Amino acid sequence: MTDTKHRSSQEIDPNRPYSLERDRFSRIFLGLGIAGLVLSLLGYFLEPERFYFSYLAAFAYWTTLTLGALFFTMLHHVTGARWSVVLRRGAEALTMNLPWLFISFLPVIVGIHTLYHWSHADAVAHDSILEAKSSYLNTTFFVARGVLYFGIWTALAFLLNRHSLAQDQDGAEARTILLRRISAVGIAAFALTMTFAAVDWLMSLDPHWYSTIFGVFLFVSGFLVATAFLTLFYVLSRKRGILAGTVGIKHFQDLGRLLFAFTVFWAYIGGSQYFLIWYANIPEETVFFLHRWEGGWKSVSLLIVFLHFLVPFTALIFFASKRNKMLLGAVATLLMVMHYVNMYWLVMPTVTASSAMISWVDITTLMGMGGILVWLFLERFRRNPVIPLRDPDLSESLAYHS
Amino acid sequence: MGRTFAILAEFANPAELLAAAKAVRKAGYRHFDCHSPFPIHGMDQAMGLKRSPLGFIVGGLCIVGASIGFGLQTWVHTIEYPLIIAGKPFFSWQAFIIVTFALLVLFGAFGAVLGMLSLSGLPRLHHPLFYSDNFSRFSRDAYFVSIEAIDAHFDAKETWAFLESIGGRNLELVEEPSP
Repeated sequence: MTDTKHRSSQEIDPNRPYSLERDRFSRIFLGLGIAGLVLSLLGYFLEPERFYFSYLAAFAYWTTLTLGALFFTMLHHVTGARWSVVLRRGAEALTMNLPWLFISFLPVIVGIHTLYHWSHADAVAHDSILEAKSSYLNTTFFVARGVLYFGIWTALAFLLNRHSLAQDQDGAEARTILLRRISAVGIAAFALTMTFAAVDWLMSLDPHWYSTIFGVFLFVSGFLVATAFLTLFYVLSRKRGILAGTVGIKHFQDLGRLLFAFTVFWAYIGGSQYFLIWYANIPEETVFFLHRWEGGWKSVSLLIVFLHFLVPFTALIFFASKRNKMLLGAVATLLMVMHYVNMYWLVMPTVTASSAMISWVDITTLMGMGGILVWLFLERFRRNPVIPLRDPDLSESLAYHS
Repeated sequence: MGRTFAILAEFANPAELLAAAKAVRKAGYRHFDCHSPFPIHGMDQAMGLKRSPLGFIVGGLCIVGASIGFGLQTWVHTIEYPLIIAGKPFFSWQAFIIVTFALLVLFGAFGAVLGMLSLSGLPRLHHPLFYSDNFSRFSRDAYFVSIEAIDAHFDAKETWAFLESIGGRNLELVEEPSP
């Protein structure tokens, strides 16, 4: 391992690579990924219907997580944040998974007739509501939109990474300003594409149902799980001695604050969605919660309320707990697990209304995609300098501990 | 003249003030204060200040506010004046959440403002240090340490010498007129 244990900005030499050597962890993830994908392929032949829904849940999990990291990076640039400079490479490395997620979108297109009721012409013909929506909800437009979303996200990821890495070489302050401009436009584009993607991929599973807050809900979930992922990643890195003296307790405290704030915001958005639907009590809206309150889904719904909100909220509210790396790591892990439960809860009632039981294909698709994506992330993080070496705000971020 | 309130010493810049705060604390003084026109990072640790209990005051009041909000609605809607509204059950906890949350925030905000004021001894219209003319510069361009006479270690001569030894200038014995 190259030495990354530097104590202060004075000791950072931008001419050294500050990259890490290959280690066994990334290979473990690669192994998990390949095993998961092979088993998922088996699942495709044994349980083709279940396979597509499992795949969609896993796809939604990793896509929202990666988009959360994209937003993390853009938010950092657009607000001119200084504390998070040393954490930016983690988020940036995650965003470079977006081109790979683009490829992983293909099975969703292949399975469109299994996943989406509105994609059947005969179903639309006998359904006046679907007929009215057919100018938006049709296969061609669905695929075109998917390509557009991923095109925009991939372009943003490439631009953000390119200029950030180029600044390591030339140290040009103009790049910081350019990154800020890209992010300002990027956040606007992100808000629209994220909302439409949420409507397309998850909300249209029940094409009669609609909720205007749904896109925000998915965005918040994604940002929360991305922050949890980064928190866990940096906690584990520090445990192995990487980034000691670079990522300090104050950075972890701020990650904890973000986790806390977005746990609350997540509950606020999810609660608002529930509250308005409960209040209006209109059948075409309440059906969403009805499906998630019957046939064993009630316990999953309650599990989400407790473990996605109440437990992390109570754990993180205290000052001391945000400075406790063990606890932060544990809460981050819980939030990452609960994000899958949340995605599962959004996707699965469509196909198994009578049972909330998890299937082995759910695990293998999540593991297959996740293994490959985490492997790609670790490899990318390892190869580039682990912090932006010539960022104008680097010394301030390094000195950030009071 | 009245009784001695404190000895006031001026320091050249924030770094010296920080060092002075550490030295004063190390010498065993507890009733002392540092004055600067702006917050100085690390001053709390240098002075050995503990974390403010304000968070727990606010947290406690939030729980009280939420309980009142939820309890009041539950009592009105189920016992005192049950009304059928929009065909919902009398005990519609979902509908109670908004007022519960609002009262939680209200009580928390009052707790934060009033708690902050009372913990910092405000409002206070006068302070004995204002008898020093030089002290008026604390809000412009000067950095002061004051060691109060009520401190167990305080001794007019020794404390004076001590403050001089750690680099204090324009030393001044601040007295307050007896009532």
